[in-house]
Amino acid sequence: MATGGRIALEALPAALAADRDTAFPHLVRALIDGIYSGALRLTGSRADAEEVAQEAFIRAYRALGTYPPERIAGLRLREWVWTIAANLCRNRARSRRRHPEEPLPLDSGMAHPDAGPEAQVLAAAGQEMLEAHLDRLPWAQRSAVVLRHVAGLSYAEVAAALARPVGTVKADVHRGLRQLRESLEEES
Amino acid sequence: MTDVPARLATLRAPAPAHLLPGVLARTGLADRYVTRPSALGPVFVAFTPRGVSLVELAADPAGFEDRYLARFRRPLVAADALPARLAPAVDRALEGGHTRGAPVDLQGLSEFQAAVLRRAAEIPPGEVRPYGWVADEIGRPGSDRAVGNALAANPVPLVVPCHRVVRADGRLGRYSLGADANKRLLLEAEGLEVEAYEGLAARGVRYLGSATTHIYCHPTCRHARRITASHRAEFRTATAAAQAGFRPCRDCRPQAA
Repeated sequence: MATGGRIALEALPAALAADRDTAFPHLVRALIDGIYSGALRLTGSRADAEEVAQEAFIRAYRALGTYPPERIAGLRLREWVWTIAANLCRNRARSRRRHPEEPLPLDSGMAHPDAGPEAQVLAAAGQEMLEAHLDRLPWAQRSAVVLRHVAGLSYAEVAAALARPVGTVKADVHRGLRQLRESLEEES
Repeated sequence: MTDVPARLATLRAPAPAHLLPGVLARTGLADRYVTRPSALGPVFVAFTPRGVSLVELAADPAGFEDRYLARFRRPLVAADALPARLAPAVDRALEGGHTRGAPVDLQGLSEFQAAVLRRAAEIPPGEVRPYGWVADEIGRPGSDRAVGNALAANPVPLVVPCHRVVRADGRLGRYSLGADANKRLLLEAEGLEVEAYEGLAARGVRYLGSATTHIYCHPTCRHARRITASHRAEFRTATAAAQAGFRPCRDCRPQAA
């Protein structure tokens, strides 16, 4: 879908403050892949990830309508939208634990589309293993690791989005990565 | 040592293609469209919360979306179905030609063009009226040419049946959806005997009257089509019909009130 040129994330707070409706599609386009990928790893389901991403952007859009322009112009957009998305993911993860259902089949074979069929099967298996180990991490570590290394946020952004001190987030990521490495190496 | 961060980075995937349009549609920042069957083949039907805003023969979705954005300054995204509020009326218009009261969004058009289109929407299927009649009906007598232009630029053909407005001399005139020939095709599909109508018009006959009721009509009016040949009177002008003691039909209004 063509909607004219793109506006870089850095220029978006000013653009949103000036004209929310024109700038908002650019915000969604800039963040949607990261939000979806992160939500997919935090909820474990594509349907949930889609719903979380939709809901997060719709809440963001409504909130922007209530903020004065100065507040919008000062927003750190990635961490702000992730604050909303991370809460939605967490609520879903909790209710899912209370009402467990069959996990949906996850993406596979996407990571190495150029590799031969055998390599693809191996890569897919490795991917699934990584996903399974990630899903077993406690929420504090999993959320920090996913926001930092799947969604690609900085430590400062992760800390703001999860409302934890930067030091805590760094420790959570460190522990989470160590746990993942040990689990993966045990298995291979 | 396994490079865990590098492997985690490969879990980043593009969001499904429908997600962005879905968000924009739900925030009301995009309009949507569906593909529907019509007498001219599949058509794209774009709609806003108010009604149908653009209709084109279904060809290239990306081109349709681009033209929509350029014209309305709003993104357009494909939808699975028409909202329940619009679907029955839109289907009645597209499938049966019953266009009266079909929900259209004519925002952005001039008041004149909107008035022309609203009046044209009330012409029943299988019937035609001259451009000048529409001009009279909307209180702008003599604006035949402007009426023709307004109909040629109709953004919602089929839903507003601009194909039912024709030249006074009996020729069908221009048509905007695909080729001019589609106008004939649509009218024939609606049950109009186009050649018979053209034959009358070519002989200068503009109205038909019934010698039993002394009412005169546009030749394609459903009442005119019921007049038996032996009771049928032909008139070149409304004045001639009035002088012969005939009054205008209340349904097809051959003489504007």
